[in-house]
Amino acid sequence: MLEFERELDELRDRIVGLEANGNVDLTPDADRQLALLRLELDARTADVFSKLTPWQRVQLARHRDRPHVLDFIDRMVDGFLELHGDRRHGDDMAIVGGMGTIDGRRVMVVGHQKGRGTRQNVERNFGMAHPEGYRKAVRMFELAERFRIPVLTLLDTPGASPAVEDEERGQSWAISESMAVMVRLKTPIVAVVIGEGGSGGALAMGVADRVLMLEHAIYSVASPEAAASIIWRDSSFAEHAAQALGLTSDALYEAELIDGVIVEPAGGAHRDYDGAASNLKAAVVDGLDELASITTERLVEARHAKFRAMSAHVELPQEAENSR
Amino acid sequence: MRELMARRRRAGVPADLWIKCRKCGAMHYRPEFEAGLRVCTQCEYHDRLSAGQRLDLLLDDPSSFEELNVGVVSADPLGFSRPSGSYPDRLEKARVATGRSEAVVCGVGEIQGHSVAVGIMEFGFIGGSMGGAVGERITRLFELSYDDCLPLVIVTASGGARQDEGLFALMQMVKTTAAAVRLAKARVPFIVVMADPTLAGVTASFASLADVIVGEPGATIRFAGSRVVQGTLSRRARAEDHTSEWVLRHGMIDMVVPRRDQRRTIGRLIELLAPGRETACVHPADSAAALSV
Repeated sequence: MLEFERELDELRDRIVGLEANGNVDLTPDADRQLALLRLELDARTADVFSKLTPWQRVQLARHRDRPHVLDFIDRMVDGFLELHGDRRHGDDMAIVGGMGTIDGRRVMVVGHQKGRGTRQNVERNFGMAHPEGYRKAVRMFELAERFRIPVLTLLDTPGASPAVEDEERGQSWAISESMAVMVRLKTPIVAVVIGEGGSGGALAMGVADRVLMLEHAIYSVASPEAAASIIWRDSSFAEHAAQALGLTSDALYEAELIDGVIVEPAGGAHRDYDGAASNLKAAVVDGLDELASITTERLVEARHAKFRAMSAHVELPQEAENSR
Repeated sequence: MRELMARRRRAGVPADLWIKCRKCGAMHYRPEFEAGLRVCTQCEYHDRLSAGQRLDLLLDDPSSFEELNVGVVSADPLGFSRPSGSYPDRLEKARVATGRSEAVVCGVGEIQGHSVAVGIMEFGFIGGSMGGAVGERITRLFELSYDDCLPLVIVTASGGARQDEGLFALMQMVKTTAAAVRLAKARVPFIVVMADPTLAGVTASFASLADVIVGEPGATIRFAGSRVVQGTLSRRARAEDHTSEWVLRHGMIDMVVPRRDQRRTIGRLIELLAPGRETACVHPADSAAALSV
């Protein structure tokens, strides 16, 4: 539980306590009290969540109970068949992917899978993909392209795995290759940051016709800790970094770096998996339907143009001098 | 190189006559060290070069180099500030220190008689980091190379994406990658020389997509910068790992070429890949564009 969730949880405990009594016999007085407590919980939740700092948003995005990719797949993809392996080296458990249908629409879903608890997290490498994970994703992208299946990527990673073995197997090459394939992929792509959109490791699967974020997800040039170790040379300055980096969904939507924000249930996605999945599904269906009517040539061109336009430069009148 | 030394003298750089190799500590008489292209005669360490020194090294006639897009400079989209100063202040300091308006110098020059589009990253400018302006200059260089069928040579020396621009900087990885993908369709050679250091957002985008990748001896080439690894894994990445020689052994680059041979090697690569520029170059996207309008 996060610090700012504590008072909400206390209210929730009191409600649960009263409800338990009520099963036997609820006096009119207790009934009234219960109704008031519920109203108070709603109001306090709305209040706390309207004032979240960027660092609190980071904590929510990483919340221990936050729904992960497979939680969403379970709730929104029918008849999901998981596929495995990159056909070159291994099967990276930090990336999951496969095919199924969403309200009858075929879709290839690929995402970063975090674990719960130590054992799972070791198995999933905390959602930090190895090069073979990105190559596994690329294989599924190309399979989807050949069979004209739209692609949905779900982004949730602290970053790509930075270990020596990852360098050995060409982490940089795997990431650039994945982006290069997505840039020219002849099938619609929707990407949604559902938790942590950590740097190049997230971006490797984030080149899409529609890039969306869940309300309390973050998307950043580097994890706040990494940015803090780069900027302040000390990763304990992560809170400062979170503030400075502009990594929240509303800030990024305003900066026109993402195409939309998907609202989360009151109190965050971890309080209501079904509600979060239903909002996500609705947004994905909208995106897929909108993209389905566009010819592939146009789609690829528009994708190219969209990222081509992402910039943060100014153009001064060019000095004629050859500046060397 | 002699010209460069003369320029330095004119600029009033104090005449530090001796320079110590950063790797092995050997002392070198500076004029000799510069004349030897800043390569240590003891350990072969290739010391970092400025963009100007690179141009002197690579081009047939550096004086005929035509720099483009000098006016494309960084905005400050986040109003970013570090303990060492605001982003605009840091940009200004970097401009004064390097004499460059951004961390990459792009233009057109000649290598072994071939007209080429050239991009040189300036590590002295905020660690050669890629923000919106660097991404834009590099993308335009790709577009120039595509439009004019000019072989493209980029020398990378960069810490990666520029943190001060947040996600705007990260998106330059996609932008430059998309430009590289388009160029690859045009059958125009794209050669990258990875110099020390080539890291993170630059290694993991356009740089690793080159047709041929040349490493400079001893250059650090990695995905994760050592400070990032230290921060996230709480252990220091060993500096001796992840050099040009190491990534060559792991199959990630094509060759390691000493500085003195680079111009000749690049010229030969262009000759072999695209002997007749006009006949080799194609613009398949044109017909695709025509189809889709």
